[in-house]
Amino acid sequence: MTAAIVTIMAIRITAPMFDYDFMRTGFAAAGIVALLAGVVGFFLVLRGQTFAGHALSHVGFTGATGAVLFGLPPLAGLVGFTVLAGFAMGLLGEKLSERDVAIGMMLSLALGFGLLFLHFFTSYASQAAALLFGNVLGVDNQALVSLAILAVLSLIALGAIVRPLIFASLQSELAEAKGVPLRFVSTAFLMIVAVAVSECAQIVGVLLVFTLMVGPAAAALRFTRRLYAAVALSAALALAEAWGGLTLAFYSDWPVSFWITALSGLVYFASLVNWRVPGHGAAQAPTQP
Amino acid sequence: MILAAVSFAIEDGEFIGMLGANGSGKTTLMRAALGLVPVSGGAVSVLGRPATRGNSAIGYMPQNRGSFSNLRLTGYDIVASAAGGAAWGLPRLDAATRREIDWALDMVGARDLARRSLNEISGGERQRLLLSQALLGRPKLLLLDEPLISLDPAHQRSVVEIAERLRDELKIAIIFSAHELNPLIHAIDRVLYLGAGKAVLGAVDEVITGPVLSRLYGTEIEVIRVKERVFVMAGDVDVERDAHRHDHDGGHRHDHGHQDHGAHV
Repeated sequence: MTAAIVTIMAIRITAPMFDYDFMRTGFAAAGIVALLAGVVGFFLVLRGQTFAGHALSHVGFTGATGAVLFGLPPLAGLVGFTVLAGFAMGLLGEKLSERDVAIGMMLSLALGFGLLFLHFFTSYASQAAALLFGNVLGVDNQALVSLAILAVLSLIALGAIVRPLIFASLQSELAEAKGVPLRFVSTAFLMIVAVAVSECAQIVGVLLVFTLMVGPAAAALRFTRRLYAAVALSAALALAEAWGGLTLAFYSDWPVSFWITALSGLVYFASLVNWRVPGHGAAQAPTQP
Repeated sequence: MILAAVSFAIEDGEFIGMLGANGSGKTTLMRAALGLVPVSGGAVSVLGRPATRGNSAIGYMPQNRGSFSNLRLTGYDIVASAAGGAAWGLPRLDAATRREIDWALDMVGARDLARRSLNEISGGERQRLLLSQALLGRPKLLLLDEPLISLDPAHQRSVVEIAERLRDELKIAIIFSAHELNPLIHAIDRVLYLGAGKAVLGAVDEVITGPVLSRLYGTEIEVIRVKERVFVMAGDVDVERDAHRHDHDGGHRHDHGHQDHGAHV
């Protein structure tokens, strides 16, 4: 990753950023992932399952390092492992968000195994950094196609379950009484989250998945009081943060992931401020603890 | 075993107050009518059909009312999430659905309330919104699980008045569970008293008496009337008040039980 940025430093004076193939691919990859993360992450926040999303990303680290060890593409290991873990978590039960000890243990265990796998391929130390903190500029065309296909499939799956998902997220007992299969919806959703988390890990790394999955969604839920506007805003914020981060990284030579986390944090903390703009509906709402 | 040998029938357009201590099976009975709790013997029949999940003829307001207390979403969006919420695919808020939601909001006088965000309205206002949500799909039977919990007397009165109006205007049967009889005593048509795995259904004056409740609980129960109010005492303890106190530490419970006889609702 450092090598790539040094190259940019040397030639950026003569050419704008879209003249570079890796920048175009990077923008495309970041755009696809941000849209998916913004939408899927919104429901993760709505359901109060953000910690589960965090745990899935750590399981992804194990999957990715394991895959590299066996000579497979890291994305395959990431997706395969996290989807399996999402399936298992969904079967464990509806009250998953309350099981923070179990999830926390799973998270540590997953990172431990990831470390063990890393131990066996010490020559690829940079690969570990890329997995942990992301490497959007390292995405090649083949990976880009995989990201696009997975994102489309995830969004189709989400579209199929989104109505009962919203109902169950807001009022699970009522939804159950009205015939929503809670466990099925929850499991399917966590498998979709697993794909979104895997895609995010490609851009910002497994340690920083929160920044695209949770930050924009949490901010959107504070900026608007309408459900569907919040979904759209979450996706838009994620997209702006991802592209903004890439652009800032291009001109500053600081890591892309740093800039994305910085923007995401900035937007989230700005959303916590109680903006008092006269005539603006949301501004009149008193913040209750 | 929560309920055994329970058998009763509720008529159309009847407002039933369901009383009983914690763990006496009030929630279980509602969940059985919704087809969520297996019945080990006998049958639960709702509107002439066996109880099944997702019965659109039943409106339900669960005691655990959802996890949106910190959300700033509008009440409208919360209510709307239940409109066809069990169907697959993308949410469709077409004109007919929106009219239906507006009708349900108007029935409880919550049209303006629904524009506000969930975390800025009071508990009583939230209850009204959720009551309107239970009306979506125009049910014939309304199951309200403890709608008065943690409300002050003024809000309790308004919720009971709305339930009365719904019965009168929509001619629907309402089962309204509560810890205390007094807020309901003038509104309900009959009372269903659960205790010790059994149930008694009848007029307030017939059921809330020392002998009937003593038989139900299998212990000495005294009923004291002070002006318009009724107190049910076991020994020195006010049964209803005691039950009410218990509730605050066990906000969310699932009492999965079974019934032997049928409850014909």
